[in-house]
Amino acid sequence: MTNQQSLNSVDMLLNMGPQHPSTHGVFRMVLQIDGERVIDVDPYIGYLHRGSEKLSEGEQYAQIVTLFDRLDYLANFNNELVFCMAVEKLMEVEIPERAEYIRVILCELNRIASHFLFYGTMGMDAGASTPILYGFRDREKIQSVFESVSGARMMHNYFRIGGVKEDLPTDFFEKIYWLIDEIKKGVDQADSLLSFNEIFLNRTRNIGLINAEDAIDYGLTGPNLRASGVSYDLRKNDPYSIYERFDFDIPVGDRGDVWDRYFVRVQEIRESVKIIEQALKQIPDGEITANVRRIARPPEGDIFAHAENPRGDFGVYLVSDGSDKPYRLKIRPPSFCNLMALRHMMRNAYVSDAVMILGSIDIVLGEVDR
Amino acid sequence: MAEEETTESISEEEVSEDLDPILAERISILENILSTYDISISSFLGEINIHIQKIDLLDILTILKNSPETLCNLFLCLSIVDYEDRFEAVYHLQSTTLNHRYVIKSSLDKDKPLISSCIGIWKGCDWYEREGHDLFGVVFEGHPNLSPLLLYEEFEGYPGRKDFPFNDYKEW
Repeated sequence: MTNQQSLNSVDMLLNMGPQHPSTHGVFRMVLQIDGERVIDVDPYIGYLHRGSEKLSEGEQYAQIVTLFDRLDYLANFNNELVFCMAVEKLMEVEIPERAEYIRVILCELNRIASHFLFYGTMGMDAGASTPILYGFRDREKIQSVFESVSGARMMHNYFRIGGVKEDLPTDFFEKIYWLIDEIKKGVDQADSLLSFNEIFLNRTRNIGLINAEDAIDYGLTGPNLRASGVSYDLRKNDPYSIYERFDFDIPVGDRGDVWDRYFVRVQEIRESVKIIEQALKQIPDGEITANVRRIARPPEGDIFAHAENPRGDFGVYLVSDGSDKPYRLKIRPPSFCNLMALRHMMRNAYVSDAVMILGSIDIVLGEVDR
Repeated sequence: MAEEETTESISEEEVSEDLDPILAERISILENILSTYDISISSFLGEINIHIQKIDLLDILTILKNSPETLCNLFLCLSIVDYEDRFEAVYHLQSTTLNHRYVIKSSLDKDKPLISSCIGIWKGCDWYEREGHDLFGVVFEGHPNLSPLLLYEEFEGYPGRKDFPFNDYKEW
């Protein structure tokens, strides 16, 4: 009898975070484990809640752009774009061609920078320390170009309602062709180092599985959803800005495991390079801002604008009462929804894979908590 | 909302005049599949807004998700808006196959905001509803766990609401 009792296992609660380095920010999860298996996981968020939505209600439209930089702090240009798109849609402003091209080029560069960082941290989570050096090396080159354009490496505050702050610097084209070559070299190097590495494959294949149906049910978007085999990318499905003018492919995975989520992103870097190259060929001269009043006052009404961020479908729901400040601003952060699916992916995984699964979702707590 | 039933034919005429035909067609399909409910459909800057009664919420969302003309399988966003006389729950639904987007709006009481939870239809609305409860005090009936999500347990008040003293608020 005593033997029988000692054989019965007892579930253990394992607290992970909020200061754990592999949670990519301040995120806590409580793992309920039985031996080496994760039975259930309880995620806790809110450690970085700054009330960005409420703060925006007290700021003028032009001032809110800075708040958006600080949401998904790895995709600043993309966030700014969505907010500007929402206000422009409500004001029915036509953006000058050159501004649209500048926006697309910068957004795609930002996507590449974000995916490079993901590549580095993914390798780190798997226990390889070289990828993070590769990832950060190439990301830094992109950020130095950002710095020459906007004056800041990360918090750009460069997009304006109706266009962009100022024209590209004179040596931009010189720099960007150099940068594209570097990115191409970098991604090939990175790919050959990690993607089909035997050890990496063993650590990532068939782990953290989620099928297409569940992925959509949980509201997963972006590379995480495409890894499950759903070809849903707003740049193709609901083209905004000028994305319908470019020819590029949407990489999709087939199983929806950690490796698919990783590889979709690596391939996306190459697709983004394609978009930038086409945009550089087509970019016209001309105005960079539409004729908009400095203090924007959109007419009364509500609008939803969304775009494909590196992490997925980033949306803004804007309610205007006709004044110079929004009445209500609701943000739809992609990481917030992606994180909801964590529980599903982690069930029955090994404890040692928990870090990999969390890393593969590529969360940014700045936009989860807002 | 009550005037919708009587002015349906008029609104359809208006629709065909100043809307692009694709939107008009989608609105007429919606009027067809939701004909038994008390709704009013309007369009604003290319978006289709459906105002509904909160009792019909679950029925209408289920229809929009499953009907082959709409197929809204992706739950995009749930926003709570604090108007002077009412709260409004705004659901944004997207179809990944048809690329349609619909906005469903439902008014809630100012004193006792209460609405059904749609967690049975999409699992993805879980945290949105917890957030709505957290920041606005909206109760989602049928939600299994409405514990604080972004705020901490001891926090008092609903900081999303307009009457929350945001700039005067002192934590320490």
